[in-house]
Parts: sequence; C-alpha cells; structure tokens
Amino acid sequence: MSDTAQTPQSMPTSAATSTLPKASGLSLGVFLFRLRALIALMVLILIFAILSPSFFTRENLIILVGQTAINAIMAIGMTFVILTGGIDLSVGSTVGLAAMTSGLLINRGIPIPPLGVAIFFNIPAIIILVLCLGLLVGAFNGVLITRFNVAPFIATLGTLYVARGTAQLSNNGATFPNLVGKPELGNTGFPFLGDGSIVGIPIVIWIMVLFAAVAGFVAGKTAFGRQVYAVGGNERAAELSGIYVNRIKMAVYMICGMCAAMTGLITASQLVAAHPAVGESYELNAIAAVVLGGTSLAGGRGNIWGTIIGALVIGVLTNGLVLLGVQEFWKKVITGLVIILAVVLDQLQERLQRRLSLNRA
Amino acid sequence: MEHAEPNLSYASGEVLIAEKITKRFPGTLALDQVDFTVYAGAVNVLVGENGAGKSTLMKILAGVDRPTSGRLLLNGSTAEFSSTRDAERAGIGIIYQELNLFPNLNISENIFAAHELTQHGVVQHREQEKSTRELLNRLEQPLNPATLVRDLRIGQQQIVEIAKALSQNVRILIMDEPTSALTGAETEALFRIIADLKAHGVAIVYISHKLEELLTIGDYVTVLRDGKLAAQAPAPGVSLAWIIEKMVGHNVAAPRRRLQKTPGDNDKPALEIKDLCLPRAGSGFTLENVSLTLRRGEILAIFGLMGAGRTELFECLMGLHPEATGDIRLSGRRILHESIRERIDLGLMLVPEDRQRLGLVQQLSVGDNITLANLKRFVTFFWLSQHRETQDITTLMRELAIKARTPTYPVTSLSGGNQQKVVVAKSLLTLPQVLLLDEPTRGIDVGAKAEIFEIMNQLAEQGLAVLFVSSELAEMFTIPDRILVLSKGKVTGEFAHDEVTEKLLVTAAAAQQQTEHVTPHPPTEVSLHRSQNSKDL
Repeated sequence: MSDTAQTPQSMPTSAATSTLPKASGLSLGVFLFRLRALIALMVLILIFAILSPSFFTRENLIILVGQTAINAIMAIGMTFVILTGGIDLSVGSTVGLAAMTSGLLINRGIPIPPLGVAIFFNIPAIIILVLCLGLLVGAFNGVLITRFNVAPFIATLGTLYVARGTAQLSNNGATFPNLVGKPELGNTGFPFLGDGSIVGIPIVIWIMVLFAAVAGFVAGKTAFGRQVYAVGGNERAAELSGIYVNRIKMAVYMICGMCAAMTGLITASQLVAAHPAVGESYELNAIAAVVLGGTSLAGGRGNIWGTIIGALVIGVLTNGLVLLGVQEFWKKVITGLVIILAVVLDQLQERLQRRLSLNRA
Repeated sequence: MEHAEPNLSYASGEVLIAEKITKRFPGTLALDQVDFTVYAGAVNVLVGENGAGKSTLMKILAGVDRPTSGRLLLNGSTAEFSSTRDAERAGIGIIYQELNLFPNLNISENIFAAHELTQHGVVQHREQEKSTRELLNRLEQPLNPATLVRDLRIGQQQIVEIAKALSQNVRILIMDEPTSALTGAETEALFRIIADLKAHGVAIVYISHKLEELLTIGDYVTVLRDGKLAAQAPAPGVSLAWIIEKMVGHNVAAPRRRLQKTPGDNDKPALEIKDLCLPRAGSGFTLENVSLTLRRGEILAIFGLMGAGRTELFECLMGLHPEATGDIRLSGRRILHESIRERIDLGLMLVPEDRQRLGLVQQLSVGDNITLANLKRFVTFFWLSQHRETQDITTLMRELAIKARTPTYPVTSLSGGNQQKVVVAKSLLTLPQVLLLDEPTRGIDVGAKAEIFEIMNQLAEQGLAVLFVSSELAEMFTIPDRILVLSKGKVTGEFAHDEVTEKLLVTAAAAQQQTEHVTPHPPTEVSLHRSQNSKDL
C-alpha cells in the first residue's frame, strides 16, 4: 500500500514511480494489445494485397472505402449510444425511412390536398429535412428510454418495426424510382451525393471523413463527450457529479438517428431510387463495427477512431473475400468469427487490466 | 482474544476457524488478517458497520469468494472452497440478505432448486412438496408449497430462504440479516428454530444490525471494524455499549486542532436545515424533524449508527429525495426543487460514502475524474482546454498529495486512500461553500485518514462549511467543532467539542424512542470563522 502519510509538498510523480515497478514492463504489451484492431486491419490488407492483384488498385480501394463509409457513418452514431451503455437497433429502419422520405420529397413533394398542390424543396433543404427526421426518430427512442424507462434494446426494437412499417406505408410498399428531380421544380442533383466526387474522391468518403472528424472531436475534446463516457462508465456517479444523465442519453440517440438518416440519403442517392426495404439488418453491421473497434458494450470505454477501423476491417474483409471468389455463405461465417474473436480479445484485455490494477493496489 | 469457554449447557467446539484471512480488492483492503472462530451448537454473532468486512468474510466462509491470503480450518483440517457447491458439500449453508429466490417458481421448486429430487431424471414434485410442507411446518409457516414465490410477502420469502438452507442438512448456517424483513411473530418463530438447530449441534453465524437482537440470541460476539478484527468475546457479560464501542473504534491518528475563533454575530449560516422529514415507504420516517445550522469555517460531525439516517440526510440535501419536506437554506437562499447540477453550482457538494459505486467513474483516468463535476470551468469556445484542465489537476494532485504516476492513469489503479482523495479533489473543483462528506475515511488506512482530516481542516480554514458523517466514535474527538447525533432519523444529541464524551455520544446514539431533541447547545466559542472565502485552489 502506498498510503503512508507524506508531506503535502512531495511530488506526485516521484512518489508514484517507486510504487509502480511492474507497470512499465507490461505497458508496451498493453499498448500493442490496444492497437489490435489497427494491426488486424494492416494484416488483412497485406494478405489480400498478396493474394489478389486487383485488391490494391485505386478503383478497388475507392469502392472499398465507399462501401465502408455507409456503414461507418451509421457506426459513428452507434458509438455514442454504446458509449453510454445503450444500444440502438432502429438505425437500419431509420435508413429505410430516410431513403423513402427523400424519395417522397423529390418525386411527390409534400402534397396539400385541400389546395390540390404539393410543395417541393430543393436538394439541400431535402437533406436538412431528412436529417431532422433522423433526429426525431432518435428523440423518440430517447424519450422512451429516459422518460418511460424502457430498456434501450426493447425501445429501439419497437422503433425498428415502427420505422420500417412507416417506410413501407409511405408508398404502399413500392419503390420511389428515378430520383433525379425535375429542373422546373428546382430539385435536380440528388444523385450527386451518391456518385459525385471532389478532387477524385467520392463525396461519400468526404462525408465519412467529416462525420468522423466532428464525432472524434466531440467525443474526445468536448465536455459533452466527457459526459458521455462518464454516463456509460458509472451513471450514478455521473448524476452525483451534476451531469444531466437523461439529457446526455437523449442527445446520443438523436445523434445516432441523424447518422442513420445520412446513410439513408446516401443509399437512396447511390441507387437513384428509394426502396422501402433498404437498410435491413444494417444495424447489425454498425454494431459489429463498433464492437470490432474496441468499444465496450457495457459503456464507458471506446472511441470513434476504433469504430472507423472496425468498419474498415469489415469492409476490407467483405471486399477481399469477394475478390478471392469466396462464396457468399463463407463470407458470413468468416465475418462472424472475426467479430467473436474481437470480443474475446476485448474480454482478455479487461482481465489483463484488472490484474494490473490489482497488482498496483 | 479471550476464547473463554462460556457457561453453556450444550456441547460446544470449534467447528470452523478462519485464520488470518486477508481479502484485497482493487483499491480496497476488505479484510486484513482477520481471525474468526465458529463454535458448534452456538450462535456466533458477527457485527460491524457497513463496509467493516462482514459480507466479505461471510462470502469467503460460504465459498463465494476466495481469500487473498489466510486459510480456513474445518473440523481441524484445512478446507478450500472453490465454489458455493464445495461449501455446501462441507455442510455450510448461507441465507443472503438480498433474497436469492426465483420469483417465477413456487416454494418447493425454490427449495429444491439445483437439488431436485429426481427419479430416472424426472422431478418428483409430489415428494418435494411433501418435504417442503414438513419444513414449513417446522418453521411454523403452513404455506402451500405450490404458491409462487412472487406472491409471497417479503417476510414469507425470507422464511422460504431459511427453509431452503435447512433442506440442505447444514452443520454451519450463515444468516445475513435474516430478520430485516420479518414481523415480530416471524422473528420469534425464527429464534425458536435457531434454538432448535443449536440443540442439534448446528453452528449459526448470525449477522445483524439490530444490536438488541444479537444480545438476545448470541453466544459469541465478534466485532469487525474497517476490515480488522476488533474484538471477539462470549456473549454473557457483553453489553450493548461494549459492542457499539468496539464497532466504532478508539484509535485514530490525531490530526491537529484548528485555532478556534469566536464567530461574529452577523454571520449568515452557510447551511440551515429546519424540520427536514423524509417519509419511509409504508409508514414512519427515515428522517424526522432534523434541524441543524452550519456556519462558514465550521466543521460539524454527524454521528450515528447504521440506519440512523445519516446518508439519507445528505441525499436529501443533494435533492435525491423529492418526497422530503422541510426547509433547506444555503447562505440564506431556500433550496427546493433544484437539480443536482444547480445545487452544485450554488455551492453544495457531496463526497459520497461508496466511492466505487457513487464517487468514481472507473473507466476514466484520475484527471478526468477530478474535472468531471465542473467541466464548464474548462470550456473554451466549445471544447475543453486541455492546458487549463492539466493545470488544475496538477495543482489539486499536489495539494491533496494524490499519488498517481500521471493524471492519465486509470483511477482504479490507485489505493483506496488516493481514490478517496480523487473524489475529494473532484468536489473541491466545484468550488463548494458547503462540503458534505459521507464516511470520508471508510476503508482507507490510518495515514490516509489523517491526510483527509488535515484537508478538511484546511478547507474549514479557507472558510468552507464542512459537514461530515462518521460512525467511528474516535473521529468525533478530532476535528469537528460540534457533533450532532442521529438515531433512527432523529437528532438525539448535540455537543460542542469541549463538552463531548464517549458516554454522551453512545447514549445518544443508542437512544431509541426519544421524541424531541436533547436541548441544543448554545453556540459558544467553539466554532471557527474566517471571513474571506478563498475560492482559489
């Protein structure tokens, strides 16, 4: 024990070094272990680059990152939710609902039956409206969880059905095709979101980079981010420290809903059509990316960069296995095993850290 | 320790001996070289305050936890339990305080859970119900064995829990607060059962906070305090006062006394509480008409035993009990519906008793924990200024002598005393006017205790009003200017530093049904006041 009374002037550093002899020897191992997702990503890239000549081409990499981006944007929102110890199963349905809403707004506008007219919006306005819809879905989840004390799993499972059903109702289960808009309505240009590019890099990737940068900053550098970690780590201690726990929870579900709506916009734009089934089971990919990135499902531990790496691991794995001609069914088996392995390693890290802190106590 | 053979009519022998048991958790030393002897055919009472280590010791005896060091001797030979099953096989049964029943199963299914009576793999429900009925009759509770446990009153559930342990043919039965949910009649029935078990040579380990009860049925009394064995003695000859004294201790590193100053007449009290009442679920009050006044620069201690309402008083002050009534004023301003955040901003801050559960966010680093309660102090534009954060953290770590290699170290890697100082540092960073400390020295070693007291002294000298709760008697004679005694939710005594004696405190703490205050002591030259309230760290 290192609790013996010391003069208040004693430097904390000198006192601590003598009491923690074991830590330095293990810290490199712990450090590498923490970077395991990144290392795994490198190894995967290396393997596929060797096995498949077409893997490391510019075209393929752009396709790969583009595919990853869709999942990554959703996973960024999911990371906030999971950091608070929650879960959001409704993101896949929110993707569908957002896609259908953008289709409706472009092809039909908002009809006003008594006047027999419809209001059409330009594309930036549509994007903003759909993102707001995402916030709204998140707020719905948040209210269920904070005000009515519904477990996040159940609340968002309910929303999963509600949002999916609403997406199907919006056009009686049919697709909104050909989302190119009409010049006379001033709503052309929607497909640019999905297949346009700036300085040779697809807009989708720019969006992912923007979302990741903002989210990384918010999680790591702002008071809000710190409070998210605190709520996930120890809700009651956070509350007694004066943190408005319910507000934080509300906010993370809204962020998550907005990220899902962004994904819905991108998907609809890429397909130039909105199908009500789009985004089905996307929530699982998003959760997998978050978990692969080392974020603990119990809350309080993890970060945005890990999530991006996790999404890339899934993306590289999917892409590489396709290039190698691996059968679709095997792809699923392998992806599943990778996720399980990641969680097992996570548990090992927890145990390692607990042992370390026990040694120091 | 005196192991004198008590004058008992039945055969008694040492059936289970725990030798030098030490149990260490990250940041806490739960048990420190504790010896405990269980005698057969006797009620072996185990007492101690919350966190004294009773539960940990009990879990080690029952095979739930394994000791860090030390050993168990069962009937003279070393025993190692790697699971509760092992302990069960050795004849050790346990009745937990939190009921471990399946509410969705019926009484007999609960009693035979994991020990089902089967024939060719098929559960013999009828036989189970027959044995259950016999057991329940023995316990004078003729319940229908097919009743679902969820439909039973909590006291009846306790009976089922007891029946479950009895069905295992135990030779050592550990009971953790078995009467906490029982009515008077049920308690009497339980005591008859205990007498019956004793007559059959069963050793009972009995844990309870109801001290009167312990003297009624106990044969041997063991007192734990702060993870250490405080005393062990045969019950005849033991008094209530003796138990309380052993529970609350004697020795504490003596911190310095602050200079005493006469308070000016125009001092507004930092904290004023009038007629605070907190109704208890059901009926009665957890806190009843509690009133107190706290001046700036004053240290007021609240002394009381488990269940006196100490923690609840602090929870009311922080707004965790909206159902509480009464008048709380902070520097004259009435506090009514403010959120915890608003109360903190007004200058009220709590250092909670259970630092693991309520004080710290274990996943965050030392530094992040320190700044958690006042993040807006560091916001520049819309992010946190790392520079200013580091500055404050470094200053606080130096001033409170927090021993951590760097502020980025996980808070769980610190010792208990240093973790406590982290919680104190977090509270200080909110720049409180009134600091509430709930058992600030619990579970930390003597050196760290002295440091915590010195910190409290310095804070009072800077003009803070300090209110702290303790169940350690000896701490009442150290730094507080005044001592308020709570018993069963009521103020049963108020003493100035220079007039307080052990006897006065113990009498007031044991006062059961006193209706009104002991005459409050007029504020003489006991409290200290410094006019300027230095907020700088």
